[in-house]
Amino acid sequence: MTRPARRRQRVPLALLLPAGLGLLFLVLPLAGLLVRAPWTTLPRRLAQPGVLTALRLSLETATAATLLCVALGVPLAWLLARVEFPGRRLVRALVTVPLVLPPVVGGVALLLVFGRRGLLGSWLDTTFGVSLPFTTAGVVLAEAFVAMPFLVIAVEGALRGADPRYEEAAATLGAGRWTTFTRVTLPLVAPGVAAGAVLCWARALGEFGATITFAGNYPGRTQTMPLAVYLALETDVQAAIVLSLILLTVSVAILAGLRDRWVGTA
Amino acid sequence: MTARWIRAALAGVAALSLALTGCGGADDEPSAGTGGRVTVFAAASLTETFTKLGKDYEAAHPGTKVVLNFAGSSALATQITQGAPADVFAAASPATMTTVTDAGDAAGTPAVLVRNQLVIAVPKGNPDRVAGLADLARPGVKVALCAEQVPCGTAARTALAAAGVRLTPATLEQDVKGALAKVKLGEVDAALVYRTDVRAAAELDAVEFPESARAVNDYPIVVLKHAGNPAGARAFVDHVRSDAGLAVLTAAGFQAPPNR
Amino acid sequence: MTAPLLDAHLVADRGAFHLDVRLRIAAGETVALLGPNGAGKTTALRALAGLHPLSAGHLTLGGVDLDRPGRRVWTPPERRPVGVVFQDYLLFPHLSARDNVAFGPRRRGADRRTARARADGWLDRVGLAGQARHKPRQLSGGQAQRVALARALAVEPTLLLLDEPLAALDARTRLDTRAELQRHLGAHPGATLLVTHDPLDALVLADRLVIVEHGRVVQEGDAATVTARPRTDYVARLVGLNLHRGHADGHAVTVGGLTLTTADTVHGDAFVAFPPAAVALHRGRPDGSPRNVWPATVTGVQRHGDNLRVQLAGPVDVAADVTPAAAAQLGLRPGQPVWAAVKAAETRAYPA
Repeated sequence: MTRPARRRQRVPLALLLPAGLGLLFLVLPLAGLLVRAPWTTLPRRLAQPGVLTALRLSLETATAATLLCVALGVPLAWLLARVEFPGRRLVRALVTVPLVLPPVVGGVALLLVFGRRGLLGSWLDTTFGVSLPFTTAGVVLAEAFVAMPFLVIAVEGALRGADPRYEEAAATLGAGRWTTFTRVTLPLVAPGVAAGAVLCWARALGEFGATITFAGNYPGRTQTMPLAVYLALETDVQAAIVLSLILLTVSVAILAGLRDRWVGTA
Repeated sequence: MTARWIRAALAGVAALSLALTGCGGADDEPSAGTGGRVTVFAAASLTETFTKLGKDYEAAHPGTKVVLNFAGSSALATQITQGAPADVFAAASPATMTTVTDAGDAAGTPAVLVRNQLVIAVPKGNPDRVAGLADLARPGVKVALCAEQVPCGTAARTALAAAGVRLTPATLEQDVKGALAKVKLGEVDAALVYRTDVRAAAELDAVEFPESARAVNDYPIVVLKHAGNPAGARAFVDHVRSDAGLAVLTAAGFQAPPNR
Repeated sequence: MTAPLLDAHLVADRGAFHLDVRLRIAAGETVALLGPNGAGKTTALRALAGLHPLSAGHLTLGGVDLDRPGRRVWTPPERRPVGVVFQDYLLFPHLSARDNVAFGPRRRGADRRTARARADGWLDRVGLAGQARHKPRQLSGGQAQRVALARALAVEPTLLLLDEPLAALDARTRLDTRAELQRHLGAHPGATLLVTHDPLDALVLADRLVIVEHGRVVQEGDAATVTARPRTDYVARLVGLNLHRGHADGHAVTVGGLTLTTADTVHGDAFVAFPPAAVALHRGRPDGSPRNVWPATVTGVQRHGDNLRVQLAGPVDVAADVTPAAAAQLGLRPGQPVWAAVKAAETRAYPA
């Protein structure tokens, strides 16, 4: 593809000014973290075993939650974008509920369903002896609950943007709906799925409220980085800053890495 | 829980904006005497009692206004050391108070206001027949503790050590209310929390245990150095430490300090 | 006549639009479905492909009912022996030219190697063996069109549908591609339906024309018949004829307030048609031979090829083609009165 030749153009001040302020607003808190970071004691703090445990748990659960969201969210987005059914508008509104719900409320709601006395949880417990709260699986569930709307909305948008006539073309070539979905639709919206998955992963990584409410806080099992940061804040602000910086650095590195090789190649 | 954290953050932002605008509103209020506005930062576990004490104080001192900011002690201490304009600080543990005194933000030495003791919170009727700390280590009994970074967690650790009980909790909650909620929702069978917390929760029973005497938690209170209304601050502290004030606190389950 | 390969009575509704078209296409025959925008051409094509269900009628291909609502018979598009070349080709952008062409054979049961081999064969036949690995965005318009054709033919369809196959191409490419398309359609053993609004495509590529307007067939027949004897204004404009409907009595056809003499003999309701080039213009009433003479007013003058096309209002509205020299001599401008004349030998009359 040819790109239009770069052209020097005047950027209107009315746009430049708020844009600059917006960037500043987003970046300044980060600068605050960097300025106040205890650089001299940083190596010692990084070496503390709890830090790496929490970081690994965070990365693992966020990735697992993203996979869960992709597995369930892409079909859901397809349903919303491609199939006419009564109550579709309501379903679409329901999908966004976790976005507006305070995460803590989401955590309580998850307890009411998957908890020991929950609607499904009590059945899971008596039938299979499975109890989700206070487990790593519970962390994944809480993160997926909060992050799924990001994926569904991104993928549904991509599906609506994709020309459905490609699917018709596939049908005339002998492809059934499932084959059309896997061979044509999915590759067409792959950039949208990737973007949605990245958003989803980032949201899952930063998840706090639903996680601590549903999965609790136990080092090595359910204590993710945001939980560790929150608790560090109780006693040692500098430790909290260090943990925040680690989470930030790792996530920015991963997101930037993915963007180059995966998202940006559309 | 998080709502409290958000509230604390908002209070911080509000405090910061006040500081930036040069202590707005201070000019049109009396700078001396016990009148005017008293801003009190108090530990979340003092929410019910201090709300009542604040009303009593306002009634006793017409023309005054008590502004209360409740949050986790640690969050409050952080806000105070970062320059939030508060007159009085009441903490849930000496450790958090130390953060403030070490930073030189206290005027004078903190006094112990009340003490709080740990109890075992169980669902009403105590279905698991928990009688003491040893029962919490029984297999199949799920327990919520506070994280050791917060005062109730430190106290729980001390008490368990004193009893020689080793247990693996299901979760280490970020504060007392979190531990309490897990019992209320039935996700755990028991939690180590403060007596005052259980007294405020109708659906829970408290199981007292002897080792709690080893893990008594003091609630210190102090007038802050940068108080905008030092006279009002002192008057408010005197009020809550008076016999009438103490009666409100003990009615809620707090214990009077040893010297009273 | 033997049973046609395709026998369809397409009745379909799309909102307020109602389609009711009968189509029969023999094996090896190419039929052009011609009509103005919104006439129902695309709906007919979609109904044949299975992308739009019939509400009544039937669709029988090779003796098998694919869609017959009356008997609750419906075959989904993926199970119809139908190949489609879409207007803007709809080549899958994530697949190479070869994988686009192999897509159909693969879905219809061929293993990967066989499908690829067949795709390579088809790409070779459309002259794109060298572009097999190219993605659609690396192909030119003409190349993409040929890949789309190869993709549709690779499933060896009984019925080949082409939706405006040349509309997206520039004039030069269109000429080459049209010639090549003609070659491939000639070699296709099944039935072919070509949907187009371009009369030239229809005339060059099709054996027979079916003209639809407002969801109905208004005329059908081979190219010679349709061009010589248009039956609607649309067709007349398409083939560049003046067309009027009137009442005939032998060699005289009365149209509006005018009686035209023709070489043909007709009785009753009739059409009379003549090319614009047959209309001569004069400043005054011409003397002598032409019997078909009437006064008219110039309403417009446009370039038309090397000549000028003059729109005339009068007892009948007609178009006349004059040379620039003649136009200059007449000093034609809108509003000017002239006399129009047409020779009887150049008019054609036929029953309506």
